[in-house]
Amino acid sequence: MDIDWNSRIRSAGDRAMLVTLDDPRPVQRLASALRVHAIAGVQDVLPAAETVLVTMHSVSYETQVRRELVALLDRLDREPPQPDSPDVSRGTPPDTGVDDDIVEIPVRYDGVDLPEVARLLDLSVPEVIAAHTDTIWRCAFVGFAPGFGYLTSPDGRLTVPRRAQARTAIPPGAVALAGGYSAVYPRGTPGGWQLIGRTDLRMWVVDRDPPALVRAGSAIRFVELTSEE
Amino acid sequence: MLIFIERVGPLATVQDLGRPGWFDSGVGQAGAADRASLRLANRLVGNPEDHGAIEVLLGGLALRADAHLTVAVTGAPAPATVDGTPVGHASVLELDEGEVLRLGLASTGLRSYVAVRGGIDVAKVLGSRSRDTLSGIGPEPLHAGAQLPIGPPPRTLPTVEFAPQPVPPEVLTVRARPGPRADWFAEPEQLFRGSWVVSVDTDRIGARLDRVDGPPLVRARSRELPAEGVALGSVQVPPSGQPVVFLADHPITGGYPVVAVVLDADVDTVAQARPGQRLRFVPDL
Repeated sequence: MDIDWNSRIRSAGDRAMLVTLDDPRPVQRLASALRVHAIAGVQDVLPAAETVLVTMHSVSYETQVRRELVALLDRLDREPPQPDSPDVSRGTPPDTGVDDDIVEIPVRYDGVDLPEVARLLDLSVPEVIAAHTDTIWRCAFVGFAPGFGYLTSPDGRLTVPRRAQARTAIPPGAVALAGGYSAVYPRGTPGGWQLIGRTDLRMWVVDRDPPALVRAGSAIRFVELTSEE
Repeated sequence: MLIFIERVGPLATVQDLGRPGWFDSGVGQAGAADRASLRLANRLVGNPEDHGAIEVLLGGLALRADAHLTVAVTGAPAPATVDGTPVGHASVLELDEGEVLRLGLASTGLRSYVAVRGGIDVAKVLGSRSRDTLSGIGPEPLHAGAQLPIGPPPRTLPTVEFAPQPVPPEVLTVRARPGPRADWFAEPEQLFRGSWVVSVDTDRIGARLDRVDGPPLVRARSRELPAEGVALGSVQVPPSGQPVVFLADHPITGGYPVVAVVLDADVDTVAQARPGQRLRFVPDL
């Protein structure tokens, strides 16, 4: 049965479209395909949890871009998805065509919410740390602040809710969990995620190239630092 | 070549056409809130349209030239003087060394654009001279005592003396299309009924709207929307029911449904709507 891709592409005004896929995996495939096979007239691409926003350089490209998008979605649908298992150590999903080095983030697991996270998940603190460090996380999208990557993990074990009360100030480098995602706060901001640790790595440095350590599509591994290190 | 900033009003920032292409790092486009006025200011002084200029919120700017300068003021028609003598809006102005251009408070509109022949030549950050007030990227907002470098004059000369601008109507008309999440509302077309008024907490991030007359926007779905990308001009409706029209520095992802999206050309109109101004949405189908 053929999917009517056109009905999945919703207008977001006359210079953008929102592709609704309702599932993270095709979102990642479409986003990486758009990074590799750039469609003429597309200005920027923003994958999120279940959607991909595509913006255009000009309102006059709308028809053309929509047609190309439908063709690309159709092609992706016919190609079998590439295995993207969590234990890929070469780390290059074949459909991206880009070098996909794993970003290692050293973490001291001393976050104030760590005991609460363990209690919510019915795990011990060491089990939470093991679950956080044993998996390859992938950056689904970046939002909220420059360099704030929403990281997803294939096993989904560390799904905890946001805190009932947001904190007014979370320090830069805080490693956190919420809603099935993990993230590292790039700068001091208010926030409602559960804090499990901290890193000295700078996630966002505006005059570094690239400024964001983690970008949509990046692979990330957290590494535990013990107190002696 | 330098210009000296002697005084600023509520907010003055350097803006160009922004930094597209950074969504994968969590950075939005920013750039002039009213892009058409920035382009016009640049054209008047013979610059390429995307040169850096000064975006002035509600007047109050005074600047002095250290050498002869060609400038133009567009956007909100702030009464302008050169050394006390009134000069025309949206026209080519010549400042001699030491002369001071002052902008008063415009009777309509919100943001004026001051372009200088050669462009404001501050360092680019991620490919743009725009100040992004949401993420704090780009040149700092201007303050009294700031000095701004001016780039080399372009090879093109000004071709017209002035560009007459129509006076905006009492009630602004803004064209919009149903948004990607219109189906999350009981009656999304309610947006197009009656009129709205721009609230005081309006900035470069968005224009917040209050109801003047007409029905409220009621959500049909109460579940949470997973965060998704939002486009410039999106009319996002938070739980309060008070819509926000996203402008230049808007967050690139959001978790509230977008009921409609303003046409690209009319985003500039919304960016010039001042608190207390009424507007109506009309459907562009």
